[in-house]
Amino acid sequence: MTPALSYDKTYGSQHRWLLSSLLIGIVLLSLAPSLRLLIEALSDLTQGRQSPLWQVLNSASTWRALWHSLYTSGLGMLIALVLGSLFAFAITLTNVRGKTWLVFCFMLPMMIPPQVTALSWLQLFGPASPLLKSIGMAPPMGSPQPLYSAEGIALLLGIQSAPLVFLALRTSLLSLPRELIEAARISGAKQIQVWGHIILPVTRSGLIAGGAMAFISSLGNFGIPAMLGIPAGYYVLPTLIYQRMASFGTGVLAEMAALSLLIGLLALAGVALQQHLMGRSRFGLGGHSGRSHDFTLGRWRTLVTATLVGILLIILVAPLLALVVSSLVPAVGVPLNADTATLNAYAEVVGRQGATWRAVRNSLWLAGSAAVVLMLLSLPLAYRLQRLPDRWRGVVLSAIEIPYALPGVVLAIACILLFVRPLPIINVALYGTLGLIFVAYLARFLVVCVKPVAASLAQLDPSLEEAAQLAGAGPWRRLGGIILPLVAPALFAGGLLVFLLAVNELTVSALLWSAGNETLGVLIFNLDQGGESVLAAAVSVLVVIMVASLMLALSLLAPRLPKGVIPWQG
Amino acid sequence: MAGLNTEERNTSGLSAAGLSIDRVTKRFGEHVAVDELSLEIKPGEFVALLGPSGCGKTTMLRMLAGFESVNGGRIQLGSRTLASPETHVPPEQRDMAMVFQSYALWPHMSVADNVGYPIKLRGLRGTEYQQRVQQALALVELEAYAERMPQALSGGQRQRVALARCLVSDPSVVLLDEPLANLDRHLRATMEHSFRDFHQRTGATLVYVTHDQTEAMALADKIAVMKAGKLVQWGTPQTLYHEPRTAWVAGFIGQGSQLKVAAGSPGKLLEHATLMRGLNATESERTQAVLVRPEHIQIATQLPSAHQLTAQVENVIFRGERYELSLRLPSSETLLAYHRTAPKVGSQVAVSLDQGWCMEPDQ
Repeated sequence: MTPALSYDKTYGSQHRWLLSSLLIGIVLLSLAPSLRLLIEALSDLTQGRQSPLWQVLNSASTWRALWHSLYTSGLGMLIALVLGSLFAFAITLTNVRGKTWLVFCFMLPMMIPPQVTALSWLQLFGPASPLLKSIGMAPPMGSPQPLYSAEGIALLLGIQSAPLVFLALRTSLLSLPRELIEAARISGAKQIQVWGHIILPVTRSGLIAGGAMAFISSLGNFGIPAMLGIPAGYYVLPTLIYQRMASFGTGVLAEMAALSLLIGLLALAGVALQQHLMGRSRFGLGGHSGRSHDFTLGRWRTLVTATLVGILLIILVAPLLALVVSSLVPAVGVPLNADTATLNAYAEVVGRQGATWRAVRNSLWLAGSAAVVLMLLSLPLAYRLQRLPDRWRGVVLSAIEIPYALPGVVLAIACILLFVRPLPIINVALYGTLGLIFVAYLARFLVVCVKPVAASLAQLDPSLEEAAQLAGAGPWRRLGGIILPLVAPALFAGGLLVFLLAVNELTVSALLWSAGNETLGVLIFNLDQGGESVLAAAVSVLVVIMVASLMLALSLLAPRLPKGVIPWQG
Repeated sequence: MAGLNTEERNTSGLSAAGLSIDRVTKRFGEHVAVDELSLEIKPGEFVALLGPSGCGKTTMLRMLAGFESVNGGRIQLGSRTLASPETHVPPEQRDMAMVFQSYALWPHMSVADNVGYPIKLRGLRGTEYQQRVQQALALVELEAYAERMPQALSGGQRQRVALARCLVSDPSVVLLDEPLANLDRHLRATMEHSFRDFHQRTGATLVYVTHDQTEAMALADKIAVMKAGKLVQWGTPQTLYHEPRTAWVAGFIGQGSQLKVAAGSPGKLLEHATLMRGLNATESERTQAVLVRPEHIQIATQLPSAHQLTAQVENVIFRGERYELSLRLPSSETLLAYHRTAPKVGSQVAVSLDQGWCMEPDQ
């Protein structure tokens, strides 16, 4: 019998009971969409060859899309590994200049919505690029857009997921105590041997974990293959589902459930592998509190710094510049100069009371209320979680992690299945309303909000609460008067992260939106598909500005948060 | 309940209550952390739970506070049962206060808010609240720091804020969990003084957990020495020093040497003559363990007389007011003695023992 259990039995039943029911309820709600999907995909297996799963597995387009998914994600992962490890090694282990800004800029692509990344790169290359036109370097009309290809998709997937590799590697590099390197040096190892014998082996699991994360994230990415692949007729699994749903509607739900199951299983296997490796990389280095090593670059310092800045100029600044240029021209294909520059697109976005403004309002409203609701849920949830035995805490965390780990398309299909019929008893139909997107966001981003709060609670000295308890404070009083003020920064950071992710979200809403219920992500996608790339660019520029300022706001909170809460601060 | 408490306190000063711990047992899985421990603590007594780390003293304290349930036995405060396998009064209803090892000051509240929190929960507001907080802060001489945040204070000041928070609600029992463990030597001496002062002024029942025997001896009225979850001895510091029950207690408290003699029985004091005779017996007859404190050893550099022993000086350490000698007896047992001057290492001295205390062997 563990002490926690015996404590449970003896007192405090009322608040414990309430918190426990909340916990169980949330776990069930997190699991419900996935379970519904599983049932749908497997239900008609008795029909043999007629069952949807069998049909899907026998269709050539499934296998083609699967191969496309694996190819683009695999290639993207390699690009991410190269970029991510270069930045991680250089920034963590050497004394390059301007580390904080390098990290911030390198992390920015992860937070920029994928369709915006795709749009900005499209504006950078190709015959219609306003930037190339303005500097007179545009290829002749009619020449192909090089990004409408598998390799184009892979390149952008790589850039978007490189920060994931960077983070995983940086974590394991930071836990590499300088004593390990110094011990090797004093034993007579040269710089190069230190790398081969110590640094790489110790950080290998971090590298593999980062690669796995980049692969999963690319596999579930919808925005990039949708913007670059659909015009070229190149479909990956998420875009295949989107295209089928767009063409045939809910009639093909059963088949789509089977397809979703396929990606879902692939992604979850990747998550399991990655968590296993991350767990192993942390193990064994515990107990060291040493500072990480700083290799002095000497005269190479400026060169290395310049290389990193150069890469950032290419992968971040140039596309964003192209985006800005595109948003300032009156029409596609017009070069930008003093005569043509216009703010018409922005005036259109902000001024016209049409679909554009409605989408902005929808997204802000959805993201804001999801953030508030999740913040309210996170504190009691994390508080109860803290008091669970380790094994159960792991189980619950995995359960609420699933809707976030699954590719957005899978969650969207699962939510449609769950809510396509009106809810029983209250008889409210969620399908086709903003409510459905809202519910999907709650399920998807719960873990994003809970994790910082849980980390902050774990750091809290238990005697702070015990002192209040002896002073006579009951459970609710302690939660409100002691715990809440102390974890408030983490709670706030969690809410901001949810807002940041939800406001740009495309994958889930791409399948769940309906006329009048567009989100910001869907809007950019639709504008670009409708040929209004100037307007799309203007919206995108506004989105990037919003993302960067939210990230800056979070960075300002960082000193008051536990380590690792803010993704771009190691 | 809050009103009743304050009224009672205002007329009677402080409401110290006796604690009765009756065969209390705590198990964590297979491990028995506290094993049938019984103590009777009188109202207003300053009690120390003393033992090496892992002996169960902190678990015992946390059971008193109510942070741990009990698996067997009973804890009573006055006539009220706080804990037994069937009942568990939650910590917030026990009317106790505690000084934590980490101080546990809430970082989001000022010093005054920290101190006032317990009485705020009891519904006190306005001038009475202000007054009580001021009084508590005055008692630990921190009035000037009321509006500071805890982070702006030094270790000793934080400790005193934690103390003030304890006394503001006039609890019937104050628990202290190794409160001096995080302080430097100089500060410890000052804080020991404030604890004694605090106890005298409030008259509260104090239970103090420590692994440091000098701290326990200096502060407590009575000490419970614990080992592996069991109570080894329960007595005043004087009793523990002069009459330790077992050889382990003797080794844990104060300095001294343990010799084997052929005289006496456990719990007996041996006088000079009996002791010297017992020491001179043959080795096989010498079975009784006896404790000889260094202050009961006389050293002479002249040749030994009939009732004295010869010993070789093995080591000499200067301790300021005296020298500490470690001597080797002919039986090859070692003896710790004090002397005004330093004999040469390797020289022979005459040793005379005034008295010795016979102990039980260790279990």
